[in-house]
Amino acid sequence: MSEILVVVDHADGAVRKTTTELLTIARRLGAPSAVFIGRGYEQAKATLAAFGAQKVYVLEQPELSDYLVAPKAEALAQLCERLQPAAVLLTSSPEGKEIAGRLAIKRESGLITDAVDVVTGDDGAPVTTQSVFAGNYTVQAKVTRGCPIITVKPNAATPEPAKAQPVEEKVEVTISEAAKAARVVDRTARERTGRPELTEASIVVSGGRGVGSAENFTVIEALADALGGAVGASRAAVDAGWYPHAYQVGQTGKTVSPQLYIAAGISGAIQHRAGMQTSRTIVAVNKDPEAPIFDMADFGVVGDLHTVLPQATEEIMRRKGQ
Amino acid sequence: MKIVVCVKYVPDATADRTFNASDRTVDRTSVPGLLSELDEHAIEAALTLAEAHGANVTALTVGPSDAAAAVKKALQMGADAGVHVVDDAIHGSDAIASSLVLAKALQKLGEAEPVDLVMCGMASTDGGMSVVPAMLAERLGYAQLTFAASVEVSGDVVRIRRDAETATETIEAKLPAVVSVTDQANEPRYPSFKGIMAAKKKPVQTWSLADLGVDASAVGLGAAWSSVVSYDARPPRQKGTIVTDDGSGGEALVRFLAEQKFV
Repeated sequence: MSEILVVVDHADGAVRKTTTELLTIARRLGAPSAVFIGRGYEQAKATLAAFGAQKVYVLEQPELSDYLVAPKAEALAQLCERLQPAAVLLTSSPEGKEIAGRLAIKRESGLITDAVDVVTGDDGAPVTTQSVFAGNYTVQAKVTRGCPIITVKPNAATPEPAKAQPVEEKVEVTISEAAKAARVVDRTARERTGRPELTEASIVVSGGRGVGSAENFTVIEALADALGGAVGASRAAVDAGWYPHAYQVGQTGKTVSPQLYIAAGISGAIQHRAGMQTSRTIVAVNKDPEAPIFDMADFGVVGDLHTVLPQATEEIMRRKGQ
Repeated sequence: MKIVVCVKYVPDATADRTFNASDRTVDRTSVPGLLSELDEHAIEAALTLAEAHGANVTALTVGPSDAAAAVKKALQMGADAGVHVVDDAIHGSDAIASSLVLAKALQKLGEAEPVDLVMCGMASTDGGMSVVPAMLAERLGYAQLTFAASVEVSGDVVRIRRDAETATETIEAKLPAVVSVTDQANEPRYPSFKGIMAAKKKPVQTWSLADLGVDASAVGLGAAWSSVVSYDARPPRQKGTIVTDDGSGGEALVRFLAEQKFV
């Protein structure tokens, strides 16, 4: 079967859920091989096997972790030249897309980003689905030259375990001096919230201008915690300084596609819709009955989020207690 | 210092954007176009650096004849000069071909005096791939510093701060470099009346592919390394149940969530 490379998205060996989604998709296209770049392979090993990696290429050279995307693109280009895979799949994160863009140029191969689905086409080559123009269109596309390089958005597939015993291979690559031009001189990890990552979460509760202040975001957080979800914020709330930019949902923030999206105090401007329109179920709470968010909501409450949300949180806790 | 800002002319995101049925490319004519809003942040960052360090700022665009408006807006904001690469053969180019044309134009701009800093927005508001800055760095062999929330230059070193996935990072490189900036970086200035008048006298060069030594067969729809098979308008979401809070709105919300098995 043709070899499909899956570039593992991880933090020091902690494999992100998106990688298990990619391995699930790769199994539809051929035989998945995981490419693990960086530190912490021992920790990642079991997950990659559990989701069906037939092979794992392990690239542990320190230069691959200490610099940004350029060395990783060089490493993948060398691996692709040797293996001639049928496709390369990466997570559609900023880093994943940049690696993919550089790899596409090095390998003279077509690139598709932000796929929400990938299937095998009639000719055996992958066909992708993308959601474009703020989610108003879906587009089917394929790569017509070289090895298809595809970045896939989180939540594009439900991860399905498929136990395998991958063959491991340590790979050494040559990293040029030019690829080390930009380096990270300081990294301050954000405080862990204990909540799921925004782009991966199956439930997201977001607050907007209607929240009114930074302090009032506790109302959003409480509902998110009751549901086991992530917290998001609209651009208006971020610009007002009420919530950090890392949690912004929308065109210039994160794009999310959860099972459930709750928009509280968010009117639903196109910039925001672009970031959440593909959510499975949308719930809106807003004081303004004319807010455009209600046009796309599966369920809406016209009311003050400061009373509706705490009541909902309390009701969830009461039901859980039973 | 010589700074070039890459800007894109895009269909207005607030209008009903669509595709050309004949070749499945983005419709750039029936919807009004404008300078991609996110590129204004790149122009602002370049102008701020120029004010602090002294620099020549050139706005560069690749696109159809209408795209001259993107360069004009940059000149009105305060850029010193403009370059517009326009050629019928470019129609339908993918990000890979667009980055090739931009890179060749940047090389030509660097013939007289090397380009120290290439600045871009974080994404276009139409394609929205966010890959062109990385592709330019790849093609030019420049350092890549992307998604900057702030940019500083001291001597021959550029430093950015950015909000990465799990951490705030400071990234540093020696010039030359490609830097993309987010909408967090600044508040773009509005062109002043003086700026609008002054822009009329600023030099704008128009280049064809031949001027750049790019073969027409290397770009455009026919040369794209990926192709759109089909496109469909997403059916509008069915408007759901909207209730007015009568004091039990929160409970009604939870009943809905329970029916959908979220609780």
